[in-house]
Amino acid sequence: MDPAVVDLSRLQFALTALYHFLFVPLTLGLSFMLVIMESIYVMTKRPIWRTVTRFWAGLFGINFVLGVATGITMEFQFGMNWSYFSHYVGDIFGAPLAIEGLMAFFLEATFVGLMFFGWEKLSRVGHLFVTFMVAIGTNFSALWILIANGWMQNPVGATFNPDTMRMEVSDFGAVLFNPVAQAKFVHTVSSGYVIAAVFVLGVSAFYLLKGKYVGVAKRSMTVAAAFGLASALSVVVLGDESGYTLTDNQKMKLAALEAMWETEPAPAGLAAFGIPSLADRKTHYEVKIPYVLGLIATRSIDKPVEGIFELVATAEDRIESGVIAYDALEKVKANPKDMAARAIFETHRRDLGYGLLLKRYVADPRMADVATIKKASWDTVPNVPVMFWSFRIMAGIGLLMIALFATAFVLVTLRKHQTRWFLILAVAAIPLPWIAAELGWILAEVGRQPWAVEGVLPTALGASSLSVPQLWTTIVLFTLLYGALAVVEVGLILRHIKKGPFAEQEAFASAAGEPAVA
Amino acid sequence: MELPIDYATLRIIWWALMGVLLIGFALTDGFDMGVGALLPFVARTDAERRMVINTVGATWEGNQVWFILGGGAIFAAWPFVYAVSFSGFYLAMFLVLGAMIMRPVGFKYRSKRPEPGWRSFWDWALFTGGFVPVLVFGVAVGNVLQGAPFRLDSDLRSFYEGSFFGLFTPFTLLCGLLSVAMLVLHGAAWLTVKAEQGPVTDRARKLGETAGLASIVLFAAGGFYVAFGGLGYRLEGVADAAGPSNPLRAVAVHASGAWLDNYGRHGWMLIAPVLGFVGAAVALLGLRTGKAALSFSGSSVSALGIISTVGLSMFPFILPSAIDPRSSLTVWNASSSHLTLFIMLIVTVIFLPLVLLYTAWVYKVLWGRTSTAALATNPDLY
Repeated sequence: MDPAVVDLSRLQFALTALYHFLFVPLTLGLSFMLVIMESIYVMTKRPIWRTVTRFWAGLFGINFVLGVATGITMEFQFGMNWSYFSHYVGDIFGAPLAIEGLMAFFLEATFVGLMFFGWEKLSRVGHLFVTFMVAIGTNFSALWILIANGWMQNPVGATFNPDTMRMEVSDFGAVLFNPVAQAKFVHTVSSGYVIAAVFVLGVSAFYLLKGKYVGVAKRSMTVAAAFGLASALSVVVLGDESGYTLTDNQKMKLAALEAMWETEPAPAGLAAFGIPSLADRKTHYEVKIPYVLGLIATRSIDKPVEGIFELVATAEDRIESGVIAYDALEKVKANPKDMAARAIFETHRRDLGYGLLLKRYVADPRMADVATIKKASWDTVPNVPVMFWSFRIMAGIGLLMIALFATAFVLVTLRKHQTRWFLILAVAAIPLPWIAAELGWILAEVGRQPWAVEGVLPTALGASSLSVPQLWTTIVLFTLLYGALAVVEVGLILRHIKKGPFAEQEAFASAAGEPAVA
Repeated sequence: MELPIDYATLRIIWWALMGVLLIGFALTDGFDMGVGALLPFVARTDAERRMVINTVGATWEGNQVWFILGGGAIFAAWPFVYAVSFSGFYLAMFLVLGAMIMRPVGFKYRSKRPEPGWRSFWDWALFTGGFVPVLVFGVAVGNVLQGAPFRLDSDLRSFYEGSFFGLFTPFTLLCGLLSVAMLVLHGAAWLTVKAEQGPVTDRARKLGETAGLASIVLFAAGGFYVAFGGLGYRLEGVADAAGPSNPLRAVAVHASGAWLDNYGRHGWMLIAPVLGFVGAAVALLGLRTGKAALSFSGSSVSALGIISTVGLSMFPFILPSAIDPRSSLTVWNASSSHLTLFIMLIVTVIFLPLVLLYTAWVYKVLWGRTSTAALATNPDLY
């Protein structure tokens, strides 16, 4: 396999996935904020809340379609660019994607049209129900996607079948209730809620600074402050849940994001600062906070946290065992009735993926010498500086968000919506949670390397047999298309914000039926 | 674990369900795409175009999920098919994605700004988003009927040895045009159901009649080529219908005319091509006599018949290989495991009826023709 094909395939996946996730979290959070706003409208029957709901629904719609449009790419890209991955784990990985379409995406997409077009055709409660279905649908979507992703991080409930040369499901319940997937789901949707809350808070603050649409802005700010505070707390607490380590790869991920080369004796400390260096496998100028890491990673104060050197040594053992599994598998392939080879394969099956790591260097892992095995074992370490800094920026923003929303909550409770310094901060904060969310994905997926599926399938083997020119064609065209759409989208969002919440009511005063109240 | 349905039966059920999803896609998103392809031609003024867009404005999003779900379900139930076809038809798939990405955005963004240039740009985006995918899907089906140039190595990794332009042969183009004609007919029929009576529906009827005639001619020509153009593959010996999903353990060979074998064995299957023709004829009759419901039923039956014809002709083949017939993917060797097929069937049996139920409810709430007059009073319209 041409390494350039693998790298370009990864580049394209990263670009399209990170771009997709600019729109998804806002959809996840804003849909529930619409439910909250519309519920207040249904309960109070005050038209201003209908105006509030419809204004944010307008922004939701502009954002939603780009989430849908870029999601189409995601559904097909596994087959297009990761053909061998699709074959190798499709038996497990395909199911959550199909269920996502069937139970979640159908729900949100069928009702979203009615949400926009049904204001005059449905009762108040009927319309609220429709909005609620959209919110449920989008959030269920996230659940199934994260079950799929969680399985790549912690592939439970599946075994390799030598007759079909792929992983097959053995316990579907384990795939569903994968603790990694559950933790990821709550962490990810909460981060979406924070993004939506920051967006609503920031735009409302902008209106208040300008002294425009004060009635709508104050009410929106109140909803955002409460929703945002709850969500920001949940992101950080459940992010911590993701830090609880279960597998070798996750231990490695933790060691890498801590740039922790040596095993840390109990109770392990958390690195607050340092400059990790790949060249000398050391972290310079390290400052540690005692106890914290041990609590997060082991839920105890008496267990050590394994460092990179120790984990690499484990990987080396597993590669050696994986070579034996590979050898047995080749014998089974040549003669499916070779029971002796099958028995050996059974014993070493869980290390087959480690044996496949050698394919980066030798066509036949059985030919690898000791030095190559050593080199491959160091491949199990993800890019330490990227991990180290992504984590610190992400977590820092997470803590800032708690501070932002705690302040907002206090100000809103005291009815001090017009506190000028805070309004400026709220506008400035708009991009921050997006940066954190994107870094969160970088952390999760760079941290998964060198695996496409942890311990099972190296990324380098997962790609399709494509050519470099084919990949450059699609990367360039995707970049142009996505770039142009981003410009158009931001333009329309700004235009919608500039027109304000009453533009439609004014233009259609006779049809709207209810007078606009500021 | 002993499952209540055996592996071979599940494979046949999932083969049929793949057909249901493709037909669901053609019947729902198919008319959206047909309307998109017709948009610049049936509607001349901005008000007419907005009216046409709003005939599908509130429902295209749900309809498109049939396409997404089709992808997901093929991944889950037929991972080999998903892996081999989408990587093999790589640039063609990209073309489809690019065109389909323009559609959601086109619907939503078009009427957000008043400038004629802006609106015209998105009108053509919607046209592209309808026309291009439909054409490419047809071309892809043509390539599947011909056999695709791929082979599997002993690790079951797929290698594709064709090129993008190699996808376009006279026969595959014919299939592409048939696909366009079929869904343009369907879109035109939808417009006669959903758009206000007037110049737009008159134009839709005229264009629909042309598309209906083209459907009949192209379907007949395609059938003739399938019979006498040297197409067809056949399995050698007895296939193990419940064996492990490993294509290399069966033997398939190229056999001219073999795509007609099934009709000899199972005469009832002829009902599919008959429905393809009769449906199109009924749709034509409906368009001529101004009976909208009749034309839409006719175009739906026609699409159902044409798609079923392809599936039934090829059974048990799903994706034959032209360069290494041994690598061909069939119902017996390309599916997911027994357990996955079973679980996915349970999920489908629970959720698909629910989907149909709430989709029907949404259509009921939104029932009624769209009109240009409504554009002036309803701020929700695109």
